[in-house]
Amino acid sequence: MFRYLIRRLLWACVLFLVITVVTFVIFFMIPVNPAKQACGQRASERCILNAKHTLGLDRPLPIQYLRFMDRLVIHQNLGKSFVTRRSVNTLVLNAAPVTASLVFGGAFFWMLIALPVGILSALKPRSLLDRLAMVFVLIGISAHPVWIGLILSYLIGFKLGWTPITGYCDFFNPSTDCGGPVQWAWHMILPWTTFAILFTALYVRMIRANVMEASHEDYVRTARAKGAPEWIVIRSHILRNALLPVVTMLGMDIGVALGGAIFTESIFSLPGLGSTALDSIQLFDLPVTQGIVVFATFAIIVFNLVVDLLYAVIDPRIRLA
Amino acid sequence: MALLEVTDLKTHFRTDDGIVKAVDGVSFSVEKGQTLGIVGESGSGKSVTCLTIMGLNARVNTISSGEALWKGQDLLKMSSRHLRNIRGDDIAMIFQDPMTSLNPVKSIGAQLIEAILLHRDVSKKQAKARTLELLKAVGIPRAERRVDDYPHQFSGGMRQRVMIAMALINDPDLLIADEPTTALDVTTQAQILNLMSKLQADFGSAIIMITHDLGVIAEIADDVVVMYAARVAEQAPVDNLFRRPHHPYTWGLLGSLPRLDADVERLVQIQGQPPSLLNPPRGCRFHPRCPYVMEICKTTEPELLQVSHDPEHFQRCHLDEETKDREAAKLTHLGDAA
Repeated sequence: MFRYLIRRLLWACVLFLVITVVTFVIFFMIPVNPAKQACGQRASERCILNAKHTLGLDRPLPIQYLRFMDRLVIHQNLGKSFVTRRSVNTLVLNAAPVTASLVFGGAFFWMLIALPVGILSALKPRSLLDRLAMVFVLIGISAHPVWIGLILSYLIGFKLGWTPITGYCDFFNPSTDCGGPVQWAWHMILPWTTFAILFTALYVRMIRANVMEASHEDYVRTARAKGAPEWIVIRSHILRNALLPVVTMLGMDIGVALGGAIFTESIFSLPGLGSTALDSIQLFDLPVTQGIVVFATFAIIVFNLVVDLLYAVIDPRIRLA
Repeated sequence: MALLEVTDLKTHFRTDDGIVKAVDGVSFSVEKGQTLGIVGESGSGKSVTCLTIMGLNARVNTISSGEALWKGQDLLKMSSRHLRNIRGDDIAMIFQDPMTSLNPVKSIGAQLIEAILLHRDVSKKQAKARTLELLKAVGIPRAERRVDDYPHQFSGGMRQRVMIAMALINDPDLLIADEPTTALDVTTQAQILNLMSKLQADFGSAIIMITHDLGVIAEIADDVVVMYAARVAEQAPVDNLFRRPHHPYTWGLLGSLPRLDADVERLVQIQGQPPSLLNPPRGCRFHPRCPYVMEICKTTEPELLQVSHDPEHFQRCHLDEETKDREAAKLTHLGDAA
């Protein structure tokens, strides 16, 4: 177990290095001069030189990268925005809770719906519920979240006026003009729905397939031959096996989504990681983009590790060595 | 009264291509403490027969008819609750593939204890004691330590022992074994068969042994049903069958047994493939593959008739006695060997 952990952590470091190098290089392939941008329109030669020096852009690329890594690893500092000169740490720390609210809330809702629907439609294939579920899956996978989000905010937010159309409220201390759990949830209803629809569809399909497959396994027949009533067969033989892979998928999807649910965040003007990253890319604000990529990588690595460890606990066949 | 009396059992599956008559009018009976062997090729309907008796076929698109009287009560007409009480308690089953028949995420102890607690009102502690007793009886070494292990930590032979322990744990009156040795290597096969014979003596269960291996039948069975294409081709006490097999299909099965004592160049094989049960051949179902085929075989299906000098022996073949005597004589030494 301990050796496995060490090995995984070393791999995580390698992955981390590769991803930061790649984002760094890609950024410098773009033919834009951030220093010129910092000086605004009709920038003087002097200003640009100055800005170049302050931003550290006058040094060779490897040195810039090393300085970045030094700051990151030794001082846990992601640097300052080229554009606003604000600390990237602060930006990320402000944006992360918004994305986390969206992702964890969304995950809660998609599992809440996908579990019963997937299981029931697998147990009664070709039933009315199963057919309806499959239609929903088709729509959920095909419809783009941007379209869903716009339709929802137009119909429910604007026409019916049941929910706010955009914006975010803090769960704890109101730093904005609204706050508290009720306002927070109130503002998140549409984003959660939009975000969850695609994943609900994917998870209904996956859970249905897994449960169907498991219910044809030999050990399920063994359980019936033992005289087990149907609900025990389903609970402790079919579901116990069918839901193992769902745990993995859930962990990985949450990890990936924490990097930013860009579409949902942009439609509902949520100041999360996705929309922050989008803004920073449009402004060629390397430190902010880089900071969010670093954070997202970190989230994915952590969640993958958690999933692997969890898996070893719930699946006796896996022994970490 | 026989323990289990099956009469004219039919199991038909509705499929997109039509109705598959997987079992089509099979009758046999099992006496207390006796072993019935059901032998036949893959797809002859032997497994489906037993799954039907146990009520384990998928409900949708399955049509079963006939009778399966268990101590006088028809298993096919029983409520599913009543049937559940019989399954795993009075009638237990062992399956072909021990690698997939145990739940991979539950310890074998938990699976055996579950089998007890489903039918007996005992404490977990008592159930565990019984579990250990059975694991020792089927020859699992260091049972106390292994009871908490998971199926993947056992070899195929050991897993089949665990399956046998699970089947016998509630002292069933009938044990249905669906090709229990097919997935195992030869030495393990012999061990498992010996174990089953020994346990049958200890527990007094009747056994239905499904197999495609006449060697297994010779070793363990009292009575034999030879199935071909969803029907019974021949049915007899084991000695009578091996002494004087009546059906060309049985001859084929006997001829394909490898032997040590005879210098056979080549094993005899039955030509062709088993027929589709979607539309079985007209007349005798074996006629397209039968080396002795006559005109009548192609049009009229023979009845399952009693053999004249052997009242317990039934067979379904048009051939005259003389030809049968001659052809069977070529194989009788096989019977002696078995």
